[in-house]
Amino acid sequence: MHSNTDTANTATDVETTNSGVNYQELVYNGIWKNNPALVQLLGLCPLLAVTSTVVNALGLGLATMVVLIGSNIAVSLIRNYVADAVRLPAFVMIIASFTTCIELIMQAFTYELYQILGIFIPLIVTNCAILGRADAYASRNPVLPSALDGLTMGFGFTVVLVLLGAMRELIGQGTLFSDMHLLFGEAAASWKLTLFPNYPDMLFAILPPGAFIGLGILIALKNFFDEREKQRKAAAEAGKEKVSRRVRVTGKIT
Amino acid sequence: MALLRITSPHTHRGGRRTSWVMQMVILATIPGILVQTWLFGFGTLINILIAALTAIGAEALFLKVRGRPIAFFLKDNSALLTAVLLGIALPPTVPWWLTVTAVAFAIIFAKQVYGGLGNNPFNPAMVGYAIVLVSFPVPMTQWLGHADLISAGSTMSFSDSLSAIFGGLSTVDAYTMATPLDAFKHKGGLMSDEAFASVTALQAASLNSWMWVNLAYLAGGLALIGLRIITWHTPVAMLAGLAVVATFFYILDPSNAATPLFHLTSGAAMFGAFFIATDPVSSCTSNRGKLVYGAGIGILVYVIRTWGGYPDGVAFGVLLMNFAAPLIDYYTQPRAYGHKKPKSGVAIGGDK
Repeated sequence: MHSNTDTANTATDVETTNSGVNYQELVYNGIWKNNPALVQLLGLCPLLAVTSTVVNALGLGLATMVVLIGSNIAVSLIRNYVADAVRLPAFVMIIASFTTCIELIMQAFTYELYQILGIFIPLIVTNCAILGRADAYASRNPVLPSALDGLTMGFGFTVVLVLLGAMRELIGQGTLFSDMHLLFGEAAASWKLTLFPNYPDMLFAILPPGAFIGLGILIALKNFFDEREKQRKAAAEAGKEKVSRRVRVTGKIT
Repeated sequence: MALLRITSPHTHRGGRRTSWVMQMVILATIPGILVQTWLFGFGTLINILIAALTAIGAEALFLKVRGRPIAFFLKDNSALLTAVLLGIALPPTVPWWLTVTAVAFAIIFAKQVYGGLGNNPFNPAMVGYAIVLVSFPVPMTQWLGHADLISAGSTMSFSDSLSAIFGGLSTVDAYTMATPLDAFKHKGGLMSDEAFASVTALQAASLNSWMWVNLAYLAGGLALIGLRIITWHTPVAMLAGLAVVATFFYILDPSNAATPLFHLTSGAAMFGAFFIATDPVSSCTSNRGKLVYGAGIGILVYVIRTWGGYPDGVAFGVLLMNFAAPLIDYYTQPRAYGHKKPKSGVAIGGDK
């Protein structure tokens, strides 16, 4: 577990604790640069197990996000009163309490989804992304930045879950947003988009191996965009230098 | 000044380029393809055509995306070989989109994503096959039967094959039958000899047709050994592994196990041994390694056929041994001339 928190603890986190909080960077880190699913690769177990449809992914993503925000706020509140030696057990207790709350809420309001997600709701406790953020960020920062960090990290995680769920649902069953009424009430039952009628179910995408390959494609896409951005910046830099170094020997120098 | 512009190894023979080797392997499958066409109709040929077009299209597309020379890599015929092997392995009645999925997956995810020919850790054709077998079990386990045993009473006509592949033939059930392996696996409470006496798919005509398919691939494989494109180690080890395990269990329990001959002449035994397991990229390179690798596949094929969830196990056996190939190569590195026993790896035996 500790090695996970180390990876999550990037240089930018430490910087923000020293100088004032940069909220813009916090959002950018959570959603893109330090995305828990695509960069830190934390919480892979629920990520791979429950993303067979959009509704499952969204349900677990929202639950994780709520737990992450709650635990970050609570950990930040008690950060000056917990001895270093017992901080991890304390954090886990807090996360477990929030997870139990979410589990009871889901059991009360979205019972079918609660049954579909099954063991993966209690397993939110073991999601490394949550303990990682508690230890790497919330335990060293004031409440408001910690809450925002929880929100953006949770949002980043949920976005990847939903993207993966959409990919697998589309390839696996040829539909999108099926069974959304499990989460949003009866009105959402008609949201289902059947993109390919008579689609032969491709079991591979629905089974766990499909999730691995789907996640691999998403990570590759992210790296591709990062690489292109880097090249674009490098090209812009190079272009600037060229202009400034040009020596004109004739005509008017502006 | 005429300097030699060739690099080592200097033992290579002129004209033995990758494209020629791939071309020869493709040609060596012809006897098998002919027998399959004769027994099961034109489905196999149509599959190979669809597969070839898809493979060349997918390969060209991804070479372009990766910024590699397209014509140069297409000319090595490796994509074509993958397509031919998949076209042979897929049942002759599978819908066209299934073939396209399998081949596209094989070329894109099993080959180009790893860096193209020479860098793929798994046999691309078998990755494609395994993906569609896992995804679409129903069309993938629907094989055609011998003409004398099926209710249609004749092999599939060309137009029927076409409509089965492109539109879904409603009378396809009249042509299909379980393969001997499938039938034997699901013989239920029957004893072996009872099953061979009563189950349709285990009648002599059905067994013989699969034997002819296997013999044709054996002939093609022997030609490849004769041309020194493959060595004897992998196929012999694989067939021996399969035969030894099958004999062991047949002697142990003759009333429930099938004969070793049944295992060697049904399913993809010969095709797998000579054309799939010998893939130079994903298999072992040292001769001792090839023996271990082949034997492993043979044993896995028997295990999957007998206790696994699928009727035949060549694809999964080969893929599992592909995982192990680098490890086997590590421990079977041959002694370099003039050197003592290699020190790498665990010292087994008295190496003082």
